[in-house]
Amino acid sequence: MNETFRRFLDGEIDPLEGIMNVAEEEDSGRKELTAAMKRRHRTVIGTSKAQKLMRAEKESYYRVYNVVAVISCILLIGVLLFTVAHLPRYGAENPRATEVMDRYIERGVEETGAVNVVAGMILDYRAFDTLGESHVLFTALVCVMILLIMDKKNMRTGYEDYYTTTRERFHDLTTEAILRNVAIVLIPCIFVYGLYVLLNGQNGPGGGFSGGAVMGSGLIIASAAFGFDRMDRFFTARVSAWITFSSLAFYSFAKGYVFFTGANGIPNGVPKGTPGNILSGGLILPLDIAVGLVVACTMFGFYSLFRRGTIGGAS
Amino acid sequence: MDLITAAKILLLVLLIACAVSVNLTKTLLQAVIVFMAYSSLMCVIWVLMESPDLAITEAAVGAGISSVLFLLALRRIRQVDADNE
Repeated sequence: MNETFRRFLDGEIDPLEGIMNVAEEEDSGRKELTAAMKRRHRTVIGTSKAQKLMRAEKESYYRVYNVVAVISCILLIGVLLFTVAHLPRYGAENPRATEVMDRYIERGVEETGAVNVVAGMILDYRAFDTLGESHVLFTALVCVMILLIMDKKNMRTGYEDYYTTTRERFHDLTTEAILRNVAIVLIPCIFVYGLYVLLNGQNGPGGGFSGGAVMGSGLIIASAAFGFDRMDRFFTARVSAWITFSSLAFYSFAKGYVFFTGANGIPNGVPKGTPGNILSGGLILPLDIAVGLVVACTMFGFYSLFRRGTIGGAS
Repeated sequence: MDLITAAKILLLVLLIACAVSVNLTKTLLQAVIVFMAYSSLMCVIWVLMESPDLAITEAAVGAGISSVLFLLALRRIRQVDADNE
């Protein structure tokens, strides 16, 4: 094995060192914190014989971990390439490429009640796809929360001073007159547009994800212009969690019910409505609203967690 | 060659230029701004390719939210001064 590669496995050298342009440590508070953490680290690691043995074990674990990571990556790439190689050729004769597509286009409006065939596909024929997407967003929010949230537990370890000083140094956008005045005019327009896109998903371009993203950026502008204190009055972590949970639960149950009845040939009793009206497309409109709410909450949650380490409210 | 085709070719050339120049920028802040320009161009291209739903999403997510998140992440690793933002 190559000498450099062996040292990389041991964690002695960092291939990205010197290439990444990470800013210098400037303020003394951060420096002291790092020093304090290093001291703590040293006392935790210790120097006794048993502890040395433990450290050697740890190092060998990390070496194995690197190798396993590389192997699993290669395996994953292999599986994906294998799957792609077995896909039918473009335009080849197979039911997925011909029958299904024709059926969607010919009978889509009649069967789903949605003029927008794309909405009919993603929220009716293939609704579990969109359910998975919503859950991916929710999972991403949970992961960001795990990494960035500031609660009582990690406040105690000394980060508190670091974060409060950083937060004070963060430029306070609420004092910007231009941003404030533009936001007062723009925010109602953004929300009306977002609602329009959301509610017209079954009749025209748009739908849950686009409308939710527009409304999420509206929430972001509102919190940047008017400050988190005023956002916290109506949008806290608890509100966000309830909205996300009830949307995802409603989506799962509604679609589970429809697929169950559809698979067993039972009429499901959901009215289709007149294609072209807002109240049409059966379950597509409520499902669009559910997806939109999840997306809006997730987008604002990302922004809030990145900016101040909490979604809002009590923490 | 009509006007629409010329516009499409111009947009695609600009798109490739943006994609290449993201790698050539000196600082991460410049890279984020070029990436924003890439998303805006892509948004116009989606409209020309008759997928307005994708254009809405690209404008909101690609040019808006992801750039904001990138900027916040850059501030976390101190690539952007709070005063210059």
